[in-house]
Amino acid sequence: MSDSVAVSIQRSVSVTIDGIEVAAPEGSSILQTCRSQGIDIPTLCYMETLTPVNTCRLCMVEVQGSRTLVPSCSRKIEPGMVVITNSDRVSESRKMVLELLASSVDMSIVSDELAGWMELYQVDKERFGPMAAPSSLGERETMRAGHHHKSDGSKAATVFEPVKIDNDQYVRDYSRCVLCYRCVEACGTDAQNTFAIALGGRGFEAHITTEFDVPLPESACVYCGNCVAVCPTSALMFKIEHDMRQDQSWDESRQTITRTVCPYCGVGCNLEIHTQDNKIVKVTSPLDHDVTEGMLCVKGRFGFEFING
Amino acid sequence: MDLRTSGKPASPEEIEAVESVISILERPTGTETDGKGSLDGRGIPFDNKGGHRDLLLPALHAIQERIGWISHGALDYLSLQLGVAPAETYGVASFYSMFSLEETPKTVIHVCDDIACRAAENGEPAAAMSGRWGAEGDGSGEVMWVRSPCLGRCEDGSAALVQRAGMPHRRILVAPLAADALAVELEKPVHDWANTESFRVPQRESDPSSLRLLKRVGVADPTSVDSYRSHGGYRALRRALEIGPDNVIREIKDSKLMGRGGAAFPTAIKWESVARNTARPHYFVCNADESEPGTFKDRVIMEQDPFAIVEGLTIAGYATGCEKGYIYVRGEYPLAEERLDHAIHEARSKGLLGNRIFDRDFDFDIELRRGAGAYIAGEETALFNSIEGKRAEPRNKPPFPAQAGLFQKPTGVNNVETLINVLEILEIGGLAFSNIGTPDSTGTRLFCLSGSVSEPGLYEAPFGIRLGELLDMAGGVSSPKSLKTVLLGGAAGSFVGPDQLDIALSFEGVRTAGATLGSGVVMVFDQDADLDQAILRIAQFFREESCGQCVPCRVGTARQEELVLRLSNNTVIGSRSDEIALLGNLATVMRESSICGLGQTAANAIESAFKLGLVRG
Ligand SMILES: Cc1cc2nc3c(=O)[nH]c(=O)nc-3n(C[C@H](O)[C@H](O)[C@H](O)COP(=O)(O)O)c2cc1C
Ligand code: SF4
Ligand code: SF4
Ligand code: SF4
Ligand code: FES
Ligand code: FES
Repeated sequence: MSDSVAVSIQRSVSVTIDGIEVAAPEGSSILQTCRSQGIDIPTLCYMETLTPVNTCRLCMVEVQGSRTLVPSCSRKIEPGMVVITNSDRVSESRKMVLELLASSVDMSIVSDELAGWMELYQVDKERFGPMAAPSSLGERETMRAGHHHKSDGSKAATVFEPVKIDNDQYVRDYSRCVLCYRCVEACGTDAQNTFAIALGGRGFEAHITTEFDVPLPESACVYCGNCVAVCPTSALMFKIEHDMRQDQSWDESRQTITRTVCPYCGVGCNLEIHTQDNKIVKVTSPLDHDVTEGMLCVKGRFGFEFING
Repeated sequence: MDLRTSGKPASPEEIEAVESVISILERPTGTETDGKGSLDGRGIPFDNKGGHRDLLLPALHAIQERIGWISHGALDYLSLQLGVAPAETYGVASFYSMFSLEETPKTVIHVCDDIACRAAENGEPAAAMSGRWGAEGDGSGEVMWVRSPCLGRCEDGSAALVQRAGMPHRRILVAPLAADALAVELEKPVHDWANTESFRVPQRESDPSSLRLLKRVGVADPTSVDSYRSHGGYRALRRALEIGPDNVIREIKDSKLMGRGGAAFPTAIKWESVARNTARPHYFVCNADESEPGTFKDRVIMEQDPFAIVEGLTIAGYATGCEKGYIYVRGEYPLAEERLDHAIHEARSKGLLGNRIFDRDFDFDIELRRGAGAYIAGEETALFNSIEGKRAEPRNKPPFPAQAGLFQKPTGVNNVETLINVLEILEIGGLAFSNIGTPDSTGTRLFCLSGSVSEPGLYEAPFGIRLGELLDMAGGVSSPKSLKTVLLGGAAGSFVGPDQLDIALSFEGVRTAGATLGSGVVMVFDQDADLDQAILRIAQFFREESCGQCVPCRVGTARQEELVLRLSNNTVIGSRSDEIALLGNLATVMRESSICGLGQTAANAIESAFKLGLVRG
């Protein structure tokens, strides 16, 4: 669940960030402390409503006394800590992490925030050479752990593979997957408690999967769509959006968003209804709402299909 | 939440295999099958916490051994019985290279394709296999073979692990590997298939009195606790029980013992922080997952002196307030596992494990766990996850194991070699121990010599011995060609040149030379050696063994392999110096931003090879 720091805050801790002394509540992460000071740190796997897994390594900062860089999203501040967020060392690492991702993953539909960071760090996705051809469906998923197709190195290996379309609610385009673990967390103890998906395989062939890669209808998935809501790179996308993008009718500039309360039960989840040309094209939930924190159930998320009829 | 499974049935054999591991558990009602193994878990309360999730890996082993692969039905059955989501069970099973998730021949041969064996076999240890058993991974016959990372038999120059499923099932480690001889072995009844047991400790003949850690190897019967005791065994534990836990830790502190698993951390500090932690219970884990390419020291100890490990772990448990210890042994080490298992049983039957050991107020027992083919599981926090039935993904530190380790409890963890040093310390006293070696690297060290030396094998020498002296102990370079380079510390270590033979092999000595002792690997290459091959293999190793959790290592190791390939094929993009610079940038991000030591060290050896001019820059 979300950080329950609010309960445990007793004291304030003094740290130095980029040469300026700041105080923040005990238990805060370096990231929270920086953001409260208006210091921008790029993040990818981190999300306020999920337990930090600190796997993307985009948010790295220098902490005096530490041999390596430190993930700001998960490291808690300590009294007297000296943090540097803007050195060349930090920038180089962030740029490289983004380039490693962009060279192996399709990052063409990402949040504005992430797109901004990619621009800021001047990400060159071809830095490691031309990208290798996509794998066939299921190829990456069935590789024996600790083995991989040997190449001659002339092409940069990618995670590209065909889109998985196996239900009417949402599609899984793992060519866009940066393996941030957010969907797995949202499907698991952080929200949904369904555990329909998990990490499978290992190393560069690691991937998000159901058991034996079965289609979603044969899995435990209940189509709450919470994984879709947390996915930062549109690897998980509602079917309507996917279809509209395919026929090029998706146009965010023509969309309006209306806030409402979900009519289905008494919980009172806030909904954001996205409409384009008088048709509901997506339902999301505001992150800042304390009942839902971005999460919904299948009825709220997909019930609109009955309205659209 | 309800657990949902596919409804695919498990066969009676699969159920039997799972039950052989978990039959003692109480299970929620509703998890019984209809007799045909068909079930659908809908309606069974389920929280994915699975109070006995730690039995997941043992049960997966049981299915793999009995059937030869893990079917959907078997996986569902196991998931349901343990209350773990099938997707997660699948995630665990697909993490390890010894589990097969598609139907596979009953006999699978894992052929070492790592640095030492490649060098010995002129780059292609697998050629003879293809001739006899078809292409790698071809499962159409009775036998399938696949490549494997180092199997810890580097001193023999080639090796294979054979996994045979069914009733009976068997795992054997053979070295040196000859396809013809192996084919003959595989014709025999399965229960007769034998490990090729060998240990090469040349000092045994030349200078036995120089051996402290290896003094019982080849002398005491590794299957007899009486033999162990008649060669000094259990004197250290007796002494420990006499002086009490605090004084044991004081002796360790006086000895200045540093961990031998690679990170060289002071053992006493670790023990002290576990002992002082007020949370209960405490656990102690012996890390016997030895998989660093070029390393075979722990295997020799496990196979030839297993009681020493049992005794060392018992002392560690005593000093740190544990009632339970674990030994996590590498899955590719069947004989080591057999000997340890036997030793634990013998010790238990003689009252040396269990309640009131030596009639004192001290209860301690040991559980043996087996890895399943993953180098990364040797990283201590990944190892905890593996025991807990999870993917062996390292955890971010802090918290450190002494705060929140196995099952989130205070945990001590030491390498096999570290633990047997404890016996020596208690026998001769911490201060006397600290006089061996150098002031900052005390005691003796085990060195794994392989490659182009006249007498490859396991050597023991006080810290501070010069690299050249050590090579002389092993008879010097074996071929008429002179020395080209030595790989120190394994794949995570670095190459040093023939002009560096006066490096003192101590923690501080190698650090000054920009190298590391790592797990004691000393792999020797003569002028004929193909270093392009060696560094390509190292690059492949890290790519294949990365857990895949963090970006710098998951993608970085793949890019590193591609770069090494381009440089060695001379198909560079831009200029060679551009590519070398890119390799350097990659090394930096892996070193600075990876979660664990695997990614942090994945570029070391390769960088050093370029720096020394061993491969064309
Ligand atoms: C990728 C990786 C693999 C490791 N493998 C082993 C291993 O096989 N055996 C071992 O004792 N330590 C291994 N370690 C080191 C352990 O994390 C840990 O430091 C060690 O077990 C502590 O024991 P020590 O203090 O006695 O050395 C590995 C570390 C890393 C990063
Ligand atoms: S839609 Fe809901 S239940 Fe299905 S995988 Fe996503 S989070 Fe899990
Ligand atoms: S599918 Fe999306 S949320 Fe899930 S790991 Fe991939 S990028 Fe992250
Ligand atoms: S450095 Fe590599 S092995 Fe270690 S956690 Fe990251 S991906 Fe896994
Ligand atoms: S945002 Fe911190 S590691 Fe991903
Ligand atoms: S056994 Fe082959 S390299 Fe170690």
